[in-house]
Amino acid sequence: MAGPGPSRGPADAAYAGLVRPLLLPTWVVIGILMVVPVALMAVYSFLTKEFRGGVEWDFTLAAYDQFFVTRGLFGDEPAQIEWTYITIFARSIWQAALATGLCLLIGFPTAWFIATRPARTRGVWLFLITIPYWVNLLIRTVSLKFLIRETGPLNESLMAIGLIDSPLPLVNTNLAVQLGLFYSYLPFMVLPIYAAVERYNFALSEAAADLYASRWATLREIVLPVVRPGIVAGMILVFVPSLGAFLAPDLLGGAKTFMIGSLIDEQFKGSQGNWPFGAAVSMILMSMVMVVLLAYARAQGRAGR
Amino acid sequence: MKKLLLGTCLLATPAFAEGELKVYHWFEYIPEELVQKFETETGIDVTIDTYDSNEAMLAALKAGKIGQYDVAVPGDYMVKIMGDEGLLDTFAPEDLPNFGNIAPQWLDVPFDPGRKSSIPYQWGSTAFSVNRDVYQGDIDSLAILFNPPAELQGKINVLDSQGEVLALGSIYLGIPQCSQDREQLKALSDMLVAAKAHWASFGSDTAKDVLVSGDAAAGMIYNGFSAKARAEGANVEYAFPKEGYVVWMDNVVLLKDAPNRDNALKFMNFLLDPENSAAVTNYAAYTSGVTGVDPFLADEIKNSPENNPPADQKGFFIEACDEETQKLYDAIWTNLKK
Repeated sequence: MAGPGPSRGPADAAYAGLVRPLLLPTWVVIGILMVVPVALMAVYSFLTKEFRGGVEWDFTLAAYDQFFVTRGLFGDEPAQIEWTYITIFARSIWQAALATGLCLLIGFPTAWFIATRPARTRGVWLFLITIPYWVNLLIRTVSLKFLIRETGPLNESLMAIGLIDSPLPLVNTNLAVQLGLFYSYLPFMVLPIYAAVERYNFALSEAAADLYASRWATLREIVLPVVRPGIVAGMILVFVPSLGAFLAPDLLGGAKTFMIGSLIDEQFKGSQGNWPFGAAVSMILMSMVMVVLLAYARAQGRAGR
Repeated sequence: MKKLLLGTCLLATPAFAEGELKVYHWFEYIPEELVQKFETETGIDVTIDTYDSNEAMLAALKAGKIGQYDVAVPGDYMVKIMGDEGLLDTFAPEDLPNFGNIAPQWLDVPFDPGRKSSIPYQWGSTAFSVNRDVYQGDIDSLAILFNPPAELQGKINVLDSQGEVLALGSIYLGIPQCSQDREQLKALSDMLVAAKAHWASFGSDTAKDVLVSGDAAAGMIYNGFSAKARAEGANVEYAFPKEGYVVWMDNVVLLKDAPNRDNALKFMNFLLDPENSAAVTNYAAYTSGVTGVDPFLADEIKNSPENNPPADQKGFFIEACDEETQKLYDAIWTNLKK
């Protein structure tokens, strides 16, 4: 889209015949880390659940049936659409979308700010953004809980300066979950947008201003289309892991309702799990994400032409 | 090196052929001195292999280790599963001179009626604790969790564990645990959904921390966790509700095809001696299933309120339902958390 394509010159000839061997590590990584696990998951989702954990090698659609169809608690009512799991998916998607929006709202100006600093200080700003992420996600999430609990520093200081009279109930709310997701995934939004903005030619903005474009029009008509790939990459990087997150919902939200992540987690616990169902839920989730990404890729392709 | 080890094994095996005992046990769950005491008293050479979950032990035995061990120490529901799978041998009460030491309430347990394959090892309970700074009223009923007083509403943590929540709910309503009765299951489901409106959170690993930090003012909790919360300075009181509470119990079982059956029985008899059982309790800080241990218990264990339920109140084991019934309970749990 932006910029010229990769150059094709004499260098290509030098690698002729070496392409396949050089690509081998890539294929091994993709094969072992992606194709094999996903294929295993696909196969397991069609197996029969063994009563006390594990699977039996009888192929069945029972797991998908359980996801989409209900026949009442005792299994003797007429088949109807099962809304339970669809509701869980809808809730998770809503949660992830909110987190993505929040990250974009804060992440875009942050990335813009960093990209417009002098070149030698940009590294420091990026460094500062990544520092908290050297700490394990679990520990960061628990720490967040310490900060926002009723007797935590946030509430205590707000009460000390007299802004509130009684502590705000923040822990175990959706707001806390949002805060957790936002905090966990913010750099995934900042970094790709930064990469895009850094390449942006600011002379374009000046040209727009010379042609009497308002600041808002410049942002909408010039800046956003150019940095859009970075924004979309950031949104995908935040949305996808938020969709499957279960640390923030469990620790900050109180685990009162299943998210997709905790629903899957539950299927692989102890002796009461249901591996085929867990695999089926994962497959459905992955298919949804794939469809969205493919649709996006096609739309991009068309726009690029 | 391998050769050397092999040689040692070959030499060693015949020497102890008549005095061996192979124990399959949880990690860090029997004091080393007690094992030595048994070896000194009987001249039997004890070998202990360890596992870290009931399921891992079951899987190992089914994968071919049955016949290599004499005794194992499964939890209550796992005794039933192992019995159903035909992994247990039986003994007669006369085989164990100390059989009469088994505390009467642990004699006729649902997972091994009449104690034909197992003896009690240690047990603990699951009920709830209340922060006494927040609530001073009576806490003798499961209604604290399932129909809480105004002071505790919205400040309750429950275990994120299907087994415990549904079992305590059933005990509260006085209905059997593996019921297939529609009215009873409907009542259980409705009661839990209504109660959930008053709960702040679900959490098992965090059950102690939320009480200590004050995030929750009451919580469903294991007795050992509650004792730790108290030790960490929280003003919490562990309740043994009048409707009953959930208990778990680890049991020493006689395995099928035990290579040293006689020695296994000697070991089980040894563990039923009050002094020896008390030694395990002092080490693990749970509660013994043997009568007469009091004189041998350390003071902090003997006087711990979490370890000493009132004699007139009853604990219930979490029952292992059959597959069809389990499906109904899975559905109730999913519906509760959807």
